[in-house]
Amino acid sequence: MRVMAQMAMVMNLDKCIGCHTCSVTCKQTWTNRAGMEYAWFNNVETRPGQGYPRTYEDQEKWKGGWTRHPNGRLSLKAGGRLKNLATIFANPVMPSIQDYYEPWTYDYRMLTNAPLQEHTPVARPKSLISGKDMRITWSANWDDNLAGGPELATQDPVLRKMSEKVKLEFEQSFMFYLPRICEHCLNPACAAACPSGAIYKRSEDGIVLVDQDKCRGWRKCVTACPYKKIYFNHKTGKAEKCTFCYPRIEVGMPTVCSETCVGRLRYLGLVFYDADKVLEAASVEDEHDLLDAQRDLVLDPNDPEVVRAAESEGISRDWIEAAQRSPIWQLIHRFRVALPLHPEYRTMPMVWYVPPLSPVVDSVAQTGFDGEDGDNLFAAIESLRIPVEYLAELFTAGDPAPVTEALRRLAAMRSYMRDVNLGRENPDASVAEAVGMSVEDVHDMHRLLALAKYEDRYVIPAAHTEQAHRLEAIATGCSLDGEGGPGMGGPGSSGGKVGLGMPRLRPGSKR
Amino acid sequence: MNTIDLVLWVIAPYTCIAVFAVGHYWRYRYDQFGWTTLSSQLRESRLLRWGSPLFHFGILAVIGGHVVGLFIPKSWTAAVGITDEMYHVGAVGMGLVAGVATVTGLVLLIIRRRLVGPVFRVTSRMDKAMYLALGLVILTGMINTVHGNIIGHYDYRDGVAVWMRGLFVFDLHPELMAKAPLSFQAHTVAAYLLFALWPFTRLVHVFSAPVAYLWRPYLPYRSRDTGFGGRRERRGWERIDGSTR
Ligand code: SF4
Ligand code: SF4
Repeated sequence: MRVMAQMAMVMNLDKCIGCHTCSVTCKQTWTNRAGMEYAWFNNVETRPGQGYPRTYEDQEKWKGGWTRHPNGRLSLKAGGRLKNLATIFANPVMPSIQDYYEPWTYDYRMLTNAPLQEHTPVARPKSLISGKDMRITWSANWDDNLAGGPELATQDPVLRKMSEKVKLEFEQSFMFYLPRICEHCLNPACAAACPSGAIYKRSEDGIVLVDQDKCRGWRKCVTACPYKKIYFNHKTGKAEKCTFCYPRIEVGMPTVCSETCVGRLRYLGLVFYDADKVLEAASVEDEHDLLDAQRDLVLDPNDPEVVRAAESEGISRDWIEAAQRSPIWQLIHRFRVALPLHPEYRTMPMVWYVPPLSPVVDSVAQTGFDGEDGDNLFAAIESLRIPVEYLAELFTAGDPAPVTEALRRLAAMRSYMRDVNLGRENPDASVAEAVGMSVEDVHDMHRLLALAKYEDRYVIPAAHTEQAHRLEAIATGCSLDGEGGPGMGGPGSSGGKVGLGMPRLRPGSKR
Repeated sequence: MNTIDLVLWVIAPYTCIAVFAVGHYWRYRYDQFGWTTLSSQLRESRLLRWGSPLFHFGILAVIGGHVVGLFIPKSWTAAVGITDEMYHVGAVGMGLVAGVATVTGLVLLIIRRRLVGPVFRVTSRMDKAMYLALGLVILTGMINTVHGNIIGHYDYRDGVAVWMRGLFVFDLHPELMAKAPLSFQAHTVAAYLLFALWPFTRLVHVFSAPVAYLWRPYLPYRSRDTGFGGRRERRGWERIDGSTR
């Protein structure tokens, strides 16, 4: 067992109001620069919907993530190493700016400089790509709140996977928001595809970063990431991505998107995982087994054996304690309500989601029944196959059982806690038992999901400067990493120098 | 040998080689962030997908041909039993194919640069200078292939190649270049000027050809940077603990 630490996030989708505050604050922090106008490290999509960039989940088209060969080995869906190099001069499946959207500004000067005239001057939209006047026809959230209707929504690749009947009923049945950042995967396809070895995973906290000094602009990562969370800066010629706000995390502060989230639905914390098992877990044959394989990678931080293994890897006491207090393990393992996004891409994503129960509640309420009642909800989860099936395509490679389990637990919590909050004499403990939880579990889950304070939602141990040197010594690389060796980017080969996630623009430089 | 020959075939080439070497060292040392292909594929993909592979594979073959033609003396190929005629046919044949691919690719890429608005908008003055030099070198090179081999006859392996190998061992033969046909002279001048320009353009990406990708581990782990802002300390401003990074 080789224990490594990973900063992970859980988002409780029930509470997302789709306000895009997270996206805007993230943009103001990281991507309000020329060349990155079109990039949203954090974006919020309405589902069903095409997402951003359009239809990115259609991996037959975009070739993101990994494929498993019959012999059990994984290779990048876009092609192996040789093919990757052979197509280096022009990436055959790179999304164009139109697949994201053409960024624009307005000719604001017109508003103040226009000569006196009969008609009010207008600020025309100007493309930031061509510099010309443009018509705005798409954006990162053009289909927000199902805008554009069924024509747009039915092009959702997730929806297209479902049966015809489902599609039609679906449009009437529900909608929810899906905020997305880079998943800081345990088996990142982006890093594997980078010809320069510029993308690396930090050995201390698992944050995946692009070394701006080593990136040479080959654009392979853009294709390889199945979540399309690598953005090519067309001004600097370098790839950029979500940094998990590492300068903040290092001093114990939450990411900007979490800090500013209006719904307070994001949880941050450390998890331990077994680095030796990652590849094995990512290669299991049946896609439906991927969820459990990924869950099993996340180790119980209270298990004395895990603690001992963590200590022997040089993980410090306060980090171990932080992992023990982390809300993430609780949501994944104890309450079993957090699920990964698209485990079938086999990158082992580390941003997890509590699936939304609200579509079910809404549809029960619409039929005139009590949407908070446990029995009504359970019955609805069973009968409302459509939302469950859709959520399963998102979170469990299409297996409805784990989604149903999570939703039933959320429903049980609602119903039980309502009894408690209404001061009923004997709250019905059988609802909890019916979903395999104790009353105590339900109370704890409710506290975490509904009441948790800042320091309970974000359990972030500050980084240790002295630790970096010690961790460098652990065997995370291969023997080729050594000095003069070809294992570019392994520990030690770059003299430990790691570039910032942000470009250091030279003053006065034109490009 | 007059002064002009000395300048053209000794002083200028050495100056350009020096600029090439020192320029690359300087750029690599101080401008890692600017060291990139500066791809514009995000802005335009359709023309690029034809032009770029044509140009790149073509130019790789052309470079290979040059290495063989310029650096392998006639006596060596003769020793392994390749006659002049065989060599000639092979070189012209492969050279034409590679040349046509390169020129087609380059023309497509230049058309794309100029006519596709979003791409032209991010074309710097340095890019234009680079395209000009590259275009000249390739144009004169094509003229040489056609003119020197098919129409007329000039065996560069007895002239230009000997002069060039001499540059590297300080065995100078400017008189060989002075005797070469004008188009060969022009090609040579354009080439060394391109080399002088090289380190200051996006062409530096050639030296980052990621061959090591074929065997490096898929997932690089790296330790957190413990310095301040990832910047190397400047001389005289090192931290007190004396750690060298
Ligand atoms: S989600 Fe992030 S870590 Fe995972 S493959 Fe994409 S860019 Fe890499
Ligand atoms: S700030 Fe929070 S509630 Fe608002 S869109 Fe983002 S994740 Fe959803």
